[in-house]
Amino acid sequence: MLKIEQVVAGYGRLTALKNIDLRVDKGEVVFVVGPNGAGKSTLLKTISGLMAPTSGRISFQGERVDGKAPEQVCRKGLALIPEGRHIFKTLTVQENLLVGAMIRKNAMEVRADMEMVLETFPILRERYNGVAGHLSGGEQQQLAIARSILQRPTLLMIDEPSLGLAPLMIDQVYSSLRQLNQTGLTLLIVEQSTGRIMDLASRIYVLRNGNVVLEDAPGNLANGNALDAAYFGFSDNAA
Amino acid sequence: MTHFIQVLIDAVAIGSLYALVALAIGLVFGVMRLINFAQGDYITIGAYSLVVPSAAATPALMFGALPWPAMILCVILTVVVLALVTERLAFRPLRNSDLTSLLISSFAVSYFLQSLILMVHGGRPKTVSIGDALSRAVEIFGVRLPGVQLLTMVVALTLLIVLVLFLKKTPIGIQLRAAAEDFQMARLLGVPANRVIAIAFAISGILGGTISLLVIIQTGTLDIRMGLMPTIFAFFATVIGGMGSLPGAVVGGYIMGILSVLLQAYLPAELRPFRDAGVFSIVILILLVRPQGIFAKTAKERV
Repeated sequence: MLKIEQVVAGYGRLTALKNIDLRVDKGEVVFVVGPNGAGKSTLLKTISGLMAPTSGRISFQGERVDGKAPEQVCRKGLALIPEGRHIFKTLTVQENLLVGAMIRKNAMEVRADMEMVLETFPILRERYNGVAGHLSGGEQQQLAIARSILQRPTLLMIDEPSLGLAPLMIDQVYSSLRQLNQTGLTLLIVEQSTGRIMDLASRIYVLRNGNVVLEDAPGNLANGNALDAAYFGFSDNAA
Repeated sequence: MTHFIQVLIDAVAIGSLYALVALAIGLVFGVMRLINFAQGDYITIGAYSLVVPSAAATPALMFGALPWPAMILCVILTVVVLALVTERLAFRPLRNSDLTSLLISSFAVSYFLQSLILMVHGGRPKTVSIGDALSRAVEIFGVRLPGVQLLTMVVALTLLIVLVLFLKKTPIGIQLRAAAEDFQMARLLGVPANRVIAIAFAISGILGGTISLLVIIQTGTLDIRMGLMPTIFAFFATVIGGMGSLPGAVVGGYIMGILSVLLQAYLPAELRPFRDAGVFSIVILILLVRPQGIFAKTAKERV
């Protein structure tokens, strides 16, 4: 569904992604993990069009999307919830959701989906006309997810959904992500911690210093040693 | 007492004018992080479009000769086109470069436009009289209200209400506010960058053209630098209101207007020439107490 081939990207003279190959198949939940500065966020920014890759190809459902503007990429069905959620704090909850639905054509469907997300996240119905900046962190994360669902993406990318949330809140966010995946949404999720991802992941990529250092299914990583080794860059598993 | 009320009305009228300019600056700043110093020259060119280019001190009227609905439309259209052209040629190519380049570009546009007027219209100030009927005063409850001030207040209020309705109730208005708060996120959700920026510039043009007319009705004088002072006052208005906050820009505009008129009215006569120094000193004091401006977001995110 999403195919990334030999992508190089960076900021000025700094190369954040050195040579990335990565794919996401339909229906999968793919995780990209790695320490700070590994290039995880840059990867998602490059896929979504916020950054153009210096070289390499990114194709989505058979169509090249590298170098396209974010407003074009999202119309292909590729949505991103960036790190820190980025809800519009001065807008109401309703207005946030309306901006999320702006690329949709069919008003009837939007209304049905709106009802559906308010059903899934009851707190948003409660705060519907309130300013989104007054929501708590967990509520903001729910709003960010709801807003992306209204885009009706075929692939949803999320940058650190657990960042800054209380453990209970993280469980809730992950259970709604699992539900979304069960309804057929493909997910590409970046996380810094590997703690919670094993049971949800179809495949895991470990990114370090702008390179993919490991790619595997969680079943093969069950004892965690290989994952730790790749994550921390230990030369042998015993370390 | 009636003197005080008259001063107050003065203040509100001037404040309305500053509020409109501040809104124009604030809107463009919101979507582009650009403080557009050429806004003042938009106002100047709008005003000059009333007359036929010539060296005369009282030039023949061009748009100024049209019946008033057509005149208003033509002046506003001129400024809107000007704003859109400058955006397309001078600002859009620099959108992805750093903010300093954008700012420098706006100074360049400003000087370019001033030189253009100098070339086309010559440098000496000119008089132009439109809306003479409006200079007559209306008396309400013993307070003499110059028609011009009444007009300024009514127009400003109407524009503010229309703009608020546009920003709150229409999909494009909501997208514009979203883009003003978080441009990249708005793009990720599908808000087209170029269109949103063009709309912000178009609105700044509509506001600019309106201000041209209000200023000319008030002063009757064309001058190359006529747009400069309102723009500087409006720039400070956006700063004390809180950069990026539109309600802040409006409130800041009224604060600037009220400050300058009150100082003008109540400073001892020998200090009055230093009125602007007084205004800006108070602005500095406000900023010392609230560096982020009055309306800046201070709410901490709860976890």
